[in-house]
Parts: sequence; structure tokens; C-alpha cells
Amino acid sequence: MTDKNIAQILVGIDSNTVLSGARQVKTKLITELSSHELSEQIKVIETGSIGPTNQGVVLGVFPGGEMYANITEDDIEEFIQEKFIKGRTYQKRLMPETLPDELRLLEYDSRKTQHYGRIVLNNCGRISPDDINEYIGVGGYEALGLVLQEKSPEEIIEIIKESGLRGRGGAGFPTGLKWSFTFGEKKYPKYVICNADEGEPGTFKDRLIMEGDPHKIIEAMTIAGYAVEAEFGYIYIRGEYKLSIERLQTAIKQAKEMGLLGKDIFGSGFNFNIKIKIGAGSYVCGEETALLSSMEGYRGEPRVKPPYPAQKGFLQQPTLINNVETLANVPSIILNGVEWFRRFGTENMPGTKVYTVLGHVNRPGLIEVPIGITLREIIYDYAGGLSYGTFKMAQIGGTAGDILSEELLDTPLETQSLQELGHNLGSGALLIMNDAVSVSDFLASCMKFFVHESCGRCSICRIGTKHIYEAFKRLNKKEGYFDELENIQDVASILKLTAFCPLGQSIAQPVLSALKYFGDELREGINMEKKRKSPTREQNEKVVYYS
Amino acid sequence: MKVREIVKKYEGKRENLLQILHEIQDSDPQNYISKANITVLSEEMRIPLSDITGTASFYSMFSFQPRGKYIIRVCASPPCHIMGSETIFEVISRELQVQKGETTTDGLFTLEETSCLGVCSVAPAVMINDTVYGYLTAEKIKNIIEQIKKKEGK
Repeated sequence: MTDKNIAQILVGIDSNTVLSGARQVKTKLITELSSHELSEQIKVIETGSIGPTNQGVVLGVFPGGEMYANITEDDIEEFIQEKFIKGRTYQKRLMPETLPDELRLLEYDSRKTQHYGRIVLNNCGRISPDDINEYIGVGGYEALGLVLQEKSPEEIIEIIKESGLRGRGGAGFPTGLKWSFTFGEKKYPKYVICNADEGEPGTFKDRLIMEGDPHKIIEAMTIAGYAVEAEFGYIYIRGEYKLSIERLQTAIKQAKEMGLLGKDIFGSGFNFNIKIKIGAGSYVCGEETALLSSMEGYRGEPRVKPPYPAQKGFLQQPTLINNVETLANVPSIILNGVEWFRRFGTENMPGTKVYTVLGHVNRPGLIEVPIGITLREIIYDYAGGLSYGTFKMAQIGGTAGDILSEELLDTPLETQSLQELGHNLGSGALLIMNDAVSVSDFLASCMKFFVHESCGRCSICRIGTKHIYEAFKRLNKKEGYFDELENIQDVASILKLTAFCPLGQSIAQPVLSALKYFGDELREGINMEKKRKSPTREQNEKVVYYS
Repeated sequence: MKVREIVKKYEGKRENLLQILHEIQDSDPQNYISKANITVLSEEMRIPLSDITGTASFYSMFSFQPRGKYIIRVCASPPCHIMGSETIFEVISRELQVQKGETTTDGLFTLEETSCLGVCSVAPAVMINDTVYGYLTAEKIKNIIEQIKKKEGK
């Protein structure tokens, strides 16, 4: 930074704000500043998501940290006049003061860490994702330097184990344990894979992490590589995530140029390289063994476990697979220590969780909160309450997630307390729905997704999803058979018990939880006149067994 | 031929098959993987045709029918569904006179349904080629289609 530099304008550019014209705003800012001959003094910096997602283009001005929302190209001239020529706040687009602190990512304050701190998103919206120097400027790659020079792989694994970090992709498996399994296999080469195949509808936290802070993923993967003695890393990313792919590619290139990737990193003799693999549109590839099949160039069908990926993963070699958000926790844990990390969240599941809050709320968007917070707090304190209507239900953890009714609003969102009720935390999507949504219509749409995405390997998943889909469509038209609900329950239970992969099993979650909490409403879709039994059950009775 | 160059670039390795298929599809002006290309690919990589076809058809991003210049992908996942994506689909279908998976007679548009695009906070959303459009209404999507048509001089 030169002495001449007096201010910086941060423009949040991610897939959402691009839609509102963020790139045009950035270009206009630059031309407008240069026409006032302010280009030297005021820098325009492109950064990732600043936080709120329904506020149009968002700008942050430093020093001061003022935030402006819903900025359009036409505002720029006036904005520059007011802010930098006359030196006062541009009132017209100033972000309302009512916006809670946690949405104003820019005003990150370490004193509030206990309650409002961020681990995963701490750099998103603060630094330029396309410039490695900015990441290094906020302490980036320090953790990598530390582990390479002072720690042995065993020590790192011990730190991750003690921190209690669990996988954030949905299953919640202890991360340290996973690392130790891969470390324990003495067969080389080994691989580290970052699972960025975020296909769960309603989940886009990984995309925003990769768009906002790609170097963090690179650093964490390198640390993981050192800890499990792997020299090759792959990021398996969805083909739809164009911006994430671009930013990761830039990040890898920059890291290589600085010697932070490649041969003999920090003079430690440790080599590590990262490549990107692009998916081709398949939901089931988020499951780790299906992901491996896809990476090897086959149909993305799950494999039998055991052997687990830790023993026979990519190309039959020991492999470590972690979710993007899980990895994003690693550098902070190494730098700040286990005790610091355990201050967040609950005893059983320390740390924070990034949620995407969606649906009928006033402020849909991305939040990072300590694990264990309740759904009510998220909806009313963070997301600003319902946009219209009253609360009816929420689906947590994406389309394969549980549907919760109003009575569960005060249950902590944490693996253990949810599991006691038979539910899962899932991937971090929170879809909030008001009373205008019909349960049967919503479930029909969920099942339509699974009919399309079932990989077809197990008949119960391939055929069962179709049966449930049609049953919900009938209920929605008030044409359900008189035993429709029992029929759905049967198929869903078999699905849960016998499907081969965890994704197939999880399809039963939304169905069974909806039957549990909204059975009465679903029953209204039954036409008692319709005595004919639904096809599945009828077929069952027609089966003749020959002895 | 192009396919050979692409295979060469990826050293003919099986684990790069998806990347190879992506490049073959992207390099075709009609945005699909033709029978001729997949046959050459099979010979070049020494993988049976049935195996390659089976793998490619597993993934929804690959098409084996010629497609239009603009591929409209309407998100049909639940977060968009509750915000009215079905209406958007019907409007496009009516405007362009095509059903799901079909291409307009002028070869300009192909209408497809897609799973979550990951922009749920701006639902309902569609992706036209590489560009995502959000907060759609019937009016907005009509305008977008009109603009593309105008740009193409139709």
C-alpha cells in the first residue's frame, strides 16, 4: 500500500451480486474515480460475498467500514461526489443500521468472537480472493509454515482430534479420526480430495467459501496432505460452479508461483500439488465413494464399504476426502489452538456452522453461527423473521433433510440433540416455509428431484422414489387412495433400511418426518371414495409364491 | 481430428474421461456429443463404446442430441419450486413453443430442467449457457428471451 492510498472500496462479487450488476458497478467505480483523478488514492478491490444476499450490489468503504447496499451504476457518480469529494456519508444507499452485526461481515471484531466470531468465513468479504498477498496479509499460509517447520504429522492429527472438529458435509464424522486412518496406511502415493460437489439443493455455503476465500482451501489441503503424507490433492467441483472454478485456478497458480505449492514447500522437503476435477451434473457424486468412481472416469455409483477410502480410495490408493467447510476450519485451529476452537459450539460438536437460510424470510443469505443455536434464533434474530405468512415448517440440511414443525423451533441445531429425535443436521441448508406451502406439493417436488437423481443401482431407490413421488402428487390433487399414507410409510421405511448408499437412505428422512409431523394435513389429501388400493400394495397381494 | 487432440492432451487416461467429454461437448457448435465423436473416442481410448456411452449418459450435463445455441436450464429443486419455478418453466415453454428437452426449430434455444444451481437465495433462477438469472417473474423471463432474440436478429 502506498502513502497516497487513502481509502479502499470493496465490491462484493459473487454469483448472486453479479446478477445485480456488480461487475458493471466495479467498472463504473474505476472510470468515475479516474475521471476525478482519484485512482491513485482510492483503490477498488474485488472481494467475495460480503454477507447479505438480497441487498443487491454491496460496497464496503475503508477505513470506517461503512456499508452500502443496492448500489446501481447510476448511483456511482453521486456516491463518489458525496463520499470522496464532499467527504460525507452517502445516505441514499447506506445499509440500514438495524442490520445485525453478524451480517456486517466487514466489521469483524475479535472481541466478539465468543458470540459472533467467524472461523470459516473470517476472510470472505474482507480480502480480494484473486490476490494471494491479501490472504497472506491477514495471516494466510502462516498455519502451513508453522506445521511444516515445527510439527510432525502425528502432532497435527492429534491437534485436529482434540479440537473435536467433525465433518461439515452432512455425516458429521470426526475429522481427526479420518485423518489418522489415512495416515495409518503405508502405501504410496496417497491422495487428499476436497469434496466440492455441493449438489444438495438449498446448499451453497461451499460455493461462497470458494468464491470468497479460495486460498484457505489450498492451505488447508496442503496441511492435510502433510499430515497424512500425501503429495497429490484434487478438488472435485461441480461443473455448474464457474466462478469458483476460476478463482480456485487463479489461487493454485499464485500459490505455485510463490512456492507455497509444488516442490520443497518452505524448504521442508515436502511436495504437494493440487489439481481441479470438474463434475458433470450428478447429485450422488457428493457421496464419497461415488465421487471416487466419478473421478476415475466411471459412472458415479457408490462402492461397497469397506474397504473405506482411507484404505482403497482414488485409484485404489489411500485417500482422504474432506468437505470444503471442514477444511476451511483447519488453518484457524492450527493457528489459534484447540482451546480457542472449543469455545465455540457445544461439547459434542465444537466450532461454528455455516448455514444458508432460504425461503420465506426477510433476509435470506449466508450466516456462520456457533453450533447449538436454535432454529428460532436463526429465523427471528438472524434472518429477520418471516417475509410473509406465519411459520409452518422448515427443512434442515437440504432436500434429503428432515422437515421440522413449529414445535421443534427450540431444539438446538446440533447432531446429538437432533439424533435423539431421529433427525440429522445435514449440510447446512435451512429452507423456511410459511403457511402458504402445501406439504404434499412440497414433498412431491423433493421426490421429483430424487426420481431424477437416483443413480439407479438399487431398485428400492430407483422405483421407490417414483412411487412416493406419484403418491404425493395424488395427495396434492386430493385423489389419494385410502391407505396412501401407510403405503408411503412402507416404501420409505424399506428405503431407509435397505438402500445401498447413505444418500439413498437419507431420501426417507423428509418423507418420514413429514408423515410424523404433518400426518393430519396429508390425510386431507385422501379421497375416501377411492377404495381401490394404491398400485404397490395391490401388486404385493397378487404375488403368488410357488413352493 | 479434434477428438484425437483432446484425448492426447489428457494423455488418454481413463480418470480424465469426464474432462475429455466436457471438452468434446464444448467444442461442438451444437453443444452435444455426437455419435461420430464418441466412436472415435472409444477407439482412441480403447474403451468399449457401451462403457463410454454408459458413463457419459449417467451425467446430466452431457447431451447426445444436438442442442440450441442457448441452453436454458430452469432450476426445478425445492427451494426454487416454493418460489414459483413451475410458472417460469411454463412461460418459457409457451413463449418458445417447446417442451422439456426440446430445441426450437430455429436452433436457437433448448429448454432443460436442472437440479439446484446453488443460487437459492435469488430463487426462482434459470441458467442460460453460463449466465445465471435470478428473482425471476413471468415478465422478466419474457424480457430476457426477447433480448436474446433481438441480439440474434430474430
